[in-house]
Amino acid sequence: MTNSSNLASRQKQEKTTRRTIFIISLLPLTLIIAVTVALVVRSWPILEQYSLWELLSGTVWKPMRGQFGFWPFIAGTFWVTAVGVILAVPPCLLTALYLAEYARATTRVIIKPLLDVLAAIPSVVYGVWGVIVIVPFVGDVLRPALSEWLGFIPLFASNQPTGYSILSGGIVLAVMISPFIIAVTYEVLMTAPQDWRLGSLGLGATRWQTIRYIIFRQTLPGMIAGIVLGTSRAFGETMAVMMVVGNVAQVPRSVFDAAYPLPALIANNYGEMMSIPLYDAALLGAALILLVIVLIFNLASTLVLQRLLGRNWV
Amino acid sequence: MKFRWQRRHVGELIARILMYFSFVIVAGSLALILWTVLSKGLPALTWDMVSQTPKGGFYLGKEGGILNAIIGSLYMAGGGTLVALLFSLPLALYLETYLGESRWGYWVRLSLDVLWGIPSIVYGAFGFTIMLALGMRASLLGGIIVLSLLELPIMTRAMDEVIRRMPRDLEQAALALGSTKLEVAIRVVIRQMMPGIVSAILLAFGRGIGDAASVLFTAGYTDRIPTSLMSPAASLPLAVFFQLGTPFPEVQQRAYASALILTIIVLVISLGSRWISAQVGKYSVK
Repeated sequence: MTNSSNLASRQKQEKTTRRTIFIISLLPLTLIIAVTVALVVRSWPILEQYSLWELLSGTVWKPMRGQFGFWPFIAGTFWVTAVGVILAVPPCLLTALYLAEYARATTRVIIKPLLDVLAAIPSVVYGVWGVIVIVPFVGDVLRPALSEWLGFIPLFASNQPTGYSILSGGIVLAVMISPFIIAVTYEVLMTAPQDWRLGSLGLGATRWQTIRYIIFRQTLPGMIAGIVLGTSRAFGETMAVMMVVGNVAQVPRSVFDAAYPLPALIANNYGEMMSIPLYDAALLGAALILLVIVLIFNLASTLVLQRLLGRNWV
Repeated sequence: MKFRWQRRHVGELIARILMYFSFVIVAGSLALILWTVLSKGLPALTWDMVSQTPKGGFYLGKEGGILNAIIGSLYMAGGGTLVALLFSLPLALYLETYLGESRWGYWVRLSLDVLWGIPSIVYGAFGFTIMLALGMRASLLGGIIVLSLLELPIMTRAMDEVIRRMPRDLEQAALALGSTKLEVAIRVVIRQMMPGIVSAILLAFGRGIGDAASVLFTAGYTDRIPTSLMSPAASLPLAVFFQLGTPFPEVQQRAYASALILTIIVLVISLGSRWISAQVGKYSVK
């Protein structure tokens, strides 16, 4: 008799715990909604006063005079991210291919943990590296050389004397997201069935032909999703970029121009100058723009990777 | 049969050269980072740096160290990790034990993945608005809460992946003996998967201690070691950032040393977590 009552109490305990933890499982979704709602509510004053188009396409940022044009910051974010991703993707894809298709097992065993360790290095350390190495390199070597040879192309024109520029930000970003992109694309490549590889090689194809005609067919969506995921990481990256990109509110025209990405705008100004009307709403509006872009990118790439890997990417 | 060069062999050769080349570039630039931090930081690293708080004129190049930032970072990341653990361990066990591959489980995992991708500056801005609404000032507590939000998805998803590797037969044996699912989760799964769980905790801690953008507004910065949850707290990444921003070479040297300290802490944690996760199943029932 005692036994069964014991069982009943245990089952009751199980039930209550289960209900309690169910509440915790609501937490992640609630948090996403809470962040979005909080940012919308707090940036509402500025959304109410100006039209969305005015805010997104305005190029003048003078909070003291009530002019809030986000375009320089949005453009800056896109430029830095684009340069970073363009620089990162080809070497990262090739490295992932090398690791997945060519490298010996021992190389893989060494490289994989190393990538995890490198992915753990804090962004501020990448920023320090950027300031010490990349900024002088871009300012003293790349800028004179490239603007000499390619200066007639507006993209490479040199309009300012320092290395604090989009290119520096892009290089730092590229190095920063590369462990991540390599890890995801490697994982995706490994989903291609070994039989296909062996079959293709057995028919006399070279390894590169196998990759091009067999492996890519299978894994292209996943590779793209991995790159998009890396891009969304790059979008929100704050400290490292902010330390090397110059932070000048202008619409950039060349990779040697300084830029002022959205995260840097928030980090540099939020918490101060709250007395200026609408300033704080404008900065939270910047956070909202960032959040919306990242949410879209993330959701799309996560869904593709999920279908491909049969599980979520961690 | 004699080997004859064909176009495809040239393609293979080019592809192979490009791959080696990019492998070297990627590995080289990552090695360059470690080398830069080491070679710049080591000469500036003194015992005073890690054992003293900033004295008067520290930011002009005078005496002192960054003990305030080291302690502040450890408090903040430690506190954030503890708070995140309170939610993520039950959540990860729940995902595995009760939700499994169900529809709700899918949604919870998806939202965790999306949360993981939200930039830390957005968490920082969000945390600060909430603190303003509650009338809180920048403080250790604010930093802990924001870091716990940041760490929650990382820790939960890492644990979830570990717990998934739990041997099914062990779970079923315990169920067959009449345990409830809750008892299996607490007495069998946690014990069996302890190394993996610890490694997930360390992973989240490492992410938390290195994050600057989220604690920028929420924790503030101070030269003193925080004495209560309500006092502002310094952190290592911000110490690096602020010191590098000064125009004095001596102070910039210290920024390099601080970056080295931060890197060492993070690398030790990361390697430790790898070592521990390799122990999964070593001391538990096979």
